[in-house]
Amino acid sequence: MGYSLDFGWLADATGAIARGAAMTILLIAVTTLAGTFLSILGAAGRRNGPLLLKRAIGVYVEVIRNTPFLVQLFFIFFGLPSIGIRLDPLLAAMLAMTLNMAAYTIEIVGAGLDAVPRGQTEAALALGLRLRQVFVKIVLPQALKVIFPALTSQIIIMMLESAVVSQIAVRELTYEADMLQARTFRAFETYFVVTIVYLVLSMGLRRLLVSGGRRALGAGVS
Amino acid sequence: MIEFTFWDIVRNLLLAARWTVLLSLAAFVGGGVVGMVVLFVRIAKNKWARRLASGYIALFQGTPLLMQLFLMFFGLPMLGLRIEPWTAAALGLTFFASAYLAEIWRGGVDALPRGQWDAGASLGLHYLQELRLIILPQAFSITRAPTVGFLVQLIKSTALTSIIGFEELVRTSNAINNATFEPFTVYGLVALIFFLMCFPLTQYARSLERRATTN
Repeated sequence: MGYSLDFGWLADATGAIARGAAMTILLIAVTTLAGTFLSILGAAGRRNGPLLLKRAIGVYVEVIRNTPFLVQLFFIFFGLPSIGIRLDPLLAAMLAMTLNMAAYTIEIVGAGLDAVPRGQTEAALALGLRLRQVFVKIVLPQALKVIFPALTSQIIIMMLESAVVSQIAVRELTYEADMLQARTFRAFETYFVVTIVYLVLSMGLRRLLVSGGRRALGAGVS
Repeated sequence: MIEFTFWDIVRNLLLAARWTVLLSLAAFVGGGVVGMVVLFVRIAKNKWARRLASGYIALFQGTPLLMQLFLMFFGLPMLGLRIEPWTAAALGLTFFASAYLAEIWRGGVDALPRGQWDAGASLGLHYLQELRLIILPQAFSITRAPTVGFLVQLIKSTALTSIIGFEELVRTSNAINNATFEPFTVYGLVALIFFLMCFPLTQYARSLERRATTN
């Protein structure tokens, strides 16, 4: 038997692939912002909050880190409606991705906060800054700078993991690939092309984050 | 319609969990073997060999596992191989694991002081002996924690094989959910089973890490 590769369908499919890629980018952009914000709150709460909050954050981190993202997604999308919380696919995907990413980045951000010498806080307090100002203006920027590489890796891992949300019919890159291969019967070629798109996205995202991070964090601090 | 009691659900999920465990083990062992080969190429003296191995690793770390599984599932039949979900799942996860394990172990090799190689050479050991007797034992021992950590990631990754039709925990839970319409219970239980598999390993990895830092 012979199988010859055929990429003739590709010309008509670029629109769909581009739409899918745009949705993937949107998903990861929202997740990055919300996830980072949540993990800063989480890491700060885990260090300075009341005992009950510390415990709760600890349990949340362990539960998310020790269960598959796909199961979390199904639980949120299919499970939550039975207790009255009904989310549309896109919202469920964003929520699942954010909760998943934050569980990993809470530890990363926490490590960064620990890495900032205590003297920085003391010096800032001595200058008369309020606690919140100390955290936002002194400690956090330095912590973010330390953890930036780890944060970047986690964002890229999350972007790759977002392929899974096609399973609840969010129209991102993998979903478009599923639709295309169902129409063209060219499954291997379709997934091959889309895999390349993912590869380009992850390399581009890394570039963007590294150069953006250098600009944002390199200038203000240090 | 078949009636499912709570215990029927639990029993069926636990039976399906055997396949998750089996697949994880197969992929971990297979990934370890292939990962060793990749590691050898990754730390070879030849520059092009090293580049080839980094390309291999970057490819697997830069694309979604789901795509890798799809390519396996739809690609291998083109080579004339009859392929079932189990084969595609085990092979896909094996290659996925090999790239990550090779990279983890490479970190261990790189962390060793240059003097270890020199000392080996001065004892008259040739390259393979140096690797086998001096470098690899130390590299494996310092990367034990991340290796166990990766096993956790691998166990969680087996969930994706449900999408290419392998009957493991998640696929079975989808079927049960379709029969019982109790997604909250079913997926909650699935999460619990995964947690019970992964959490002890996570704790073990942590204790290894602590031991490594105190030494």
